[in-house]
Amino acid sequence: MVRFPRLAAVVPVLTALVLVGCASEDGGVQSQKLATIKGRGTVVCGVDGKLTGFSFVAPDGSYSGLDVDVCKAVAAALFGDPAKVDYRDLNSSERFAALASGEVDLLSRNTTLTLSRDASGGNGLSFAPTTFYDGQGVMVPAASGIKGLKDLAGKPICVESGTTTELNLADRMREINAAYTPLKFQTADQTYSAYLQGRCVAVTSDRSQLAAKRTGFPTPAAHTLLPEVLSKEPLTPATVNADPGWADAVRWTIYALMQAEELGITQANVAAKVVEAKANPNLADLRRFLGVEGDFGNQLGLPPDFVVKAITAVGNYGEVFERNVGNGSKLKLERGLNRQWKEGGLIYSPPFR
Amino acid sequence: MGPSLRPAATTPWWRNRRVVPFAVQAAAGLVVLVVVAFLLGNLVRNLTAAGLLLSWSWLDNPAGFDLAESSIPFSASQPYWLALLAGLVNTLKVVVVGLVGATLLGTAVGSAAFSSNGLLKRLARSYVELVRNIPLLLQLVFWYFVVFLALPNGVNAIQLPGLVLAKSGLYLGWFGEGWQWQLPQLTDGVWQAPLRLSVEFGALLTGLVVYTAAFIAEVVRGGIAAVPQGQWEAARSLGFSPLVTLRRIVMPQALRVIVPGLNSQYISLAKNSSLAVACGYTDLYSVAETTLNQTGRAVEVVVLLLGSYLVIDLLISALMNGLNAAVQLKER
Repeated sequence: MVRFPRLAAVVPVLTALVLVGCASEDGGVQSQKLATIKGRGTVVCGVDGKLTGFSFVAPDGSYSGLDVDVCKAVAAALFGDPAKVDYRDLNSSERFAALASGEVDLLSRNTTLTLSRDASGGNGLSFAPTTFYDGQGVMVPAASGIKGLKDLAGKPICVESGTTTELNLADRMREINAAYTPLKFQTADQTYSAYLQGRCVAVTSDRSQLAAKRTGFPTPAAHTLLPEVLSKEPLTPATVNADPGWADAVRWTIYALMQAEELGITQANVAAKVVEAKANPNLADLRRFLGVEGDFGNQLGLPPDFVVKAITAVGNYGEVFERNVGNGSKLKLERGLNRQWKEGGLIYSPPFR
Repeated sequence: MGPSLRPAATTPWWRNRRVVPFAVQAAAGLVVLVVVAFLLGNLVRNLTAAGLLLSWSWLDNPAGFDLAESSIPFSASQPYWLALLAGLVNTLKVVVVGLVGATLLGTAVGSAAFSSNGLLKRLARSYVELVRNIPLLLQLVFWYFVVFLALPNGVNAIQLPGLVLAKSGLYLGWFGEGWQWQLPQLTDGVWQAPLRLSVEFGALLTGLVVYTAAFIAEVVRGGIAAVPQGQWEAARSLGFSPLVTLRRIVMPQALRVIVPGLNSQYISLAKNSSLAVACGYTDLYSVAETTLNQTGRAVEVVVLLLGSYLVIDLLISALMNGLNAAVQLKER
């Protein structure tokens, strides 16, 4: 790197100062990103912004949704305040560039975990635990008489460009040997407008997204989802590969929400649980989890009680799910694969130990 | 060199007219080289640090996605380079047809400004002012979502002589097997025709033609206005009709002014065709975007895009420069 001489002298000193600062605060976690975020005082979170249930902007400018709650939980874990988040609306084509360039710290935008997105030779992302196990679906007008993928042969299908959806559609249609016309649009708005205007006989995306978008249609009941599930779509928050310290902090904040549900800790009773843990030295597991004893927070570069702060802010995973996409929402999605592992689902937190 | 200059031997080099301009140019050239070398070096260093050195081998991997329309045979199992080529062909298709359309419409509107018919004159002016003051992206969205997607389907489709406009596509009469002229036909509620264009192509083409024609009209109007009034009067006194005067006397002279101005409008049209994403047309940019998202090869894909649009525009420029040389006044 070519630098001006004076700058060259200053940079190592500054770097040393930043690193020293980190080391004294965080007990040895050397994460440039964590230091930057703490210095800035907010987490910059990349979200969709237009997807009911996952990330949606209310008329007053406030964000809500499952993806948004992940951002809030991380901000709460870091700063004790779920409002310390700057949201950036990203479309599916922009999202990886925004993350790679450091414009956003955390991408929580219904993004499917795949090999090529994870690999250093591909997009080079570092994925957190999956927050929503989804599958790709196809929506058609109820009156169209289309019952399955085979009926779509030779027909135009609307799809958002730059998504895994686009590839899965190509693969499935090739398997059943059906030609079709993929009409690609850059944004979800354009995709669904073209579908609603009747340019395509079907629109394909994650089943949760289709259900979410349908709630905004003029007559939601006039559209049905085909029974076929075209793919596995584990929707997962992501950070950049280059900063494992920051990735760990995000990963374990999300695990904390899942573990809390398993332990029966909710937004309502978390304060009482802390009191209980402090009073009873025999509850070692609970004491460690809530940061009453041990140094889990310190190991991650987070405050000792980051778990308590995250749960106080958004509740446990089950509460986040029900409030945003489950029975407490317009979407009314089943828990399905997103149940706790003890109930036959895939939500499973490794031990806090 | 004027005779007032002193002999070169006694001139100090910093005042020597042979040395100074050369030195200034060399210094300017050096600055440009250093800046470019720094930027390139920086790119290579950072890409190396991120483990993403330029590589082109992915171009041979199967694309895995289908294209909505392609003038060359393409399927998902074929490589990325073929997908990008299909996108390039689609871009060229809309650019070439667009150039012809915009030139015809622009010339007509530009000439109409000199019509003796007041209504026609006003219409032409209003069209130019309306169209060139609205962003092209908005116009494309309008043409696609408001006009073309509102077309009816099946029996209700708009039927013109030799042309059917439906939401499922634009169907044109054309020569079918054995050079038999065939008209679009409705069979089982589906239109069939030897030549079918997608509504995405239709919307993009209409948007580009209508927009660029407004600018071309101004160039043409300026060119015609540059021909002295006496030429019109002389032609009229010789008994030429206004149309013949325009074609035989005014236009050949006006072309000398028009052609250089047309060049930049043509280049704009080629570049603006990349706004095709707004109306779902499968152009080079749209294919490149999908490719970028699936391979993560941002720098390579952007380099390919830059190169392609540069070559298209340089080609247009070269052709127009040739035309310019042909219409200029020949001094013998």
